[in-house]
Amino acid sequence: MKEIFRKLSEAMGPAGAEEEVRQVLKAELEGVVDRLETDALGNLYAILEPRGGGGGLTVLLDAHMDEIGLVVTYVEEEGFLRVAPIGGVSPQVALGQRVRFLGGAEGSVASDHLDDPKELEMKHLLVDIGASSREEALTRVQVGEAGVFTRPVAEAGEHRLMAKAADDRAGCAVLVEVLKTLKNSPHRVVGVFAVQEEVGLRGAGPAAYRVEPDLAIAIDVTLTGDTPEAPKMAVSLGKGPAIKAMDRSVIAHPAVRRLLADVAREKGIPYQMEVLTRGGTDAGSIHLSRGGVPTGAVSIPCRYVHTPSEMVDLRDMLGARDLLVALLERPIDL
Amino acid sequence: MTEQVQEPLWSPSERQKAVIEKLRELSELDGVSGAEGPVREWIRAQIEARPPKGSFTIESDPLGNLLVRVGEEKPGPRIMVAAHMDEVGLMITAVEDDGLLRFRPVGGIDPRILPAQVFRIGEKRVPGVVGGKPIHLQKPEEQKKAYRLEELYIDIGAKSRAEAEAVVQVGDFAAFDAPFQVMGEGLVMGKALDDRAGCLMLLELLQEEWPAPFLAAFTVQEEVGLRGAQVAAYRLEPDAALVLEATSCADLPGVRPAGQVTRLGAGPAITFRDRTSISDALLVRLLIREAETAGLPWQWKQGTAGGNDAGAIQTQRGGVRVSSLSLPCRYLHQPGSILSLNDFEHGLELARRGLHAWARELPNGGDGR
Repeated sequence: MKEIFRKLSEAMGPAGAEEEVRQVLKAELEGVVDRLETDALGNLYAILEPRGGGGGLTVLLDAHMDEIGLVVTYVEEEGFLRVAPIGGVSPQVALGQRVRFLGGAEGSVASDHLDDPKELEMKHLLVDIGASSREEALTRVQVGEAGVFTRPVAEAGEHRLMAKAADDRAGCAVLVEVLKTLKNSPHRVVGVFAVQEEVGLRGAGPAAYRVEPDLAIAIDVTLTGDTPEAPKMAVSLGKGPAIKAMDRSVIAHPAVRRLLADVAREKGIPYQMEVLTRGGTDAGSIHLSRGGVPTGAVSIPCRYVHTPSEMVDLRDMLGARDLLVALLERPIDL
Repeated sequence: MTEQVQEPLWSPSERQKAVIEKLRELSELDGVSGAEGPVREWIRAQIEARPPKGSFTIESDPLGNLLVRVGEEKPGPRIMVAAHMDEVGLMITAVEDDGLLRFRPVGGIDPRILPAQVFRIGEKRVPGVVGGKPIHLQKPEEQKKAYRLEELYIDIGAKSRAEAEAVVQVGDFAAFDAPFQVMGEGLVMGKALDDRAGCLMLLELLQEEWPAPFLAAFTVQEEVGLRGAQVAAYRLEPDAALVLEATSCADLPGVRPAGQVTRLGAGPAITFRDRTSISDALLVRLLIREAETAGLPWQWKQGTAGGNDAGAIQTQRGGVRVSSLSLPCRYLHQPGSILSLNDFEHGLELARRGLHAWARELPNGGDGR
């Protein structure tokens, strides 16, 4: 789990340009699943046909490949780049970070001089790629080119990892492990590695339209309430995967939610219930596909979401894997 | 409105004269979001007068989109091209006892530009002027502030509610009354050039012989949330879509270069991403290659604000590759929007070349990576 997570986290995949992540996943899943497909938007489908007698459901498991980042909007005469956010990027977090663009150029995020740092907005940010003129800069980046914050994965204590894009490469890693671990599922399991979640859950809706699932579960990170003076939230790092009750985009289907909790209790997998009052997940667009899809979500608790040093706990990720595998290896009656 | 057409101060070519005349007709049609009928009927008549080559069908759907499918039996990727028929305007919300009309904007209108604007209301095109407290009745501090929407009304010259209600109803749409004008060399001014210019480009593209299915969508209700394009894309089931648009132009005093979305006359603008969609990298690459090969000017739409029909099309059914080509337009969503005829021609030529490239080169009917 740790190794695949490291590879996925360090790959570059700003929303709309998930190619590098898709390649890592394809290499990882080639020969593991029965079939790999992609669609017009770049969603990756990893399909496991039913084993044994079959007769099960079509189950869609979703994790999104994309991450937040920056996109070049303008190059100043002096060679500095102006940027806009891709997804939920705060200028305060971006300031001082390093960013790597799709074409390989790397830069430091600085800002215009401000008398009051509280005034900092995206429009004040400058990315310095070491170019001394617009001409020089344009040999290395283009307007419209996307980039991401760079940071290698680091261990924090025995169980915890700090990483960029743990949102949602942690979910991708769990999904890869589920697909690798499943041996005897009576269900048709379609792993969807979705694009463009961070800009509005755009990839998962079309993916659900294609798959036409009977049941869907999104795997994504969620916030925690376990840091000093954090807003109240009953989710902590390391206390197991969270079963989503609700977020801004979806109310989990009661049967799916109950099923997940029943399996966790039965298998002795520690779990937490999650109500996320900020943010949404791909479950939001999946459950509205076609005539509606019973949808739930399994969340990986994550601190410092949308910073380059998000923190996750490997035990939560392993718990999520075990929970989903246990669910899918038995018949499901919704 | 004056029927007298002013002579331009420069000599348009025959081609420019033809474009000017079509743009004039389109611009002066009333088509506020939800009431695009006059625009739809004009476009339908144009298509019937000059039908596309080969097999084609025309349909209008329940929302009012006009959909033209050309050569649907051909192999190759299904390519949709969309332009929206609707324009921003007002809706009448109440008739007062004194015969004055209250209203709300339909689409993105800055209330500060409304006072003293002339509108045409409803199907009878009743003229009315937006009024507020006149300047000589305002207190000094009031003169420093813009009117708030609630303080404005439309005066149609009715003396009572009954007189007003004889010609206007709550729920009527109001469109800017703004004659189309030819301005400085190569420039024209009018209302609703966003997106009647795109509609005219799409009409011209329907005259072309296409190697793949060509699916034209003249859409409704873009200005109120990309609503028509959603159902249009559902119906047409495209593999790839090009949205022909007009976009803001901010090459104006006081706007720093990094904040200038597009520049007038510098060619059609290609979007890399905006608030509602991320343009497909392959589609954009082909558009740019075609522009460079043909020596056509083009520019990036700088910044990521705003949105267009591409956002609604992208996520229909199993997902659609999208891209936009926008004509720079100064004073967008105002009665005096300014457009460059050169940008129009370059945009049309780039759309033509780009769409041919898509039809030839999109992999697997536009699917797969």
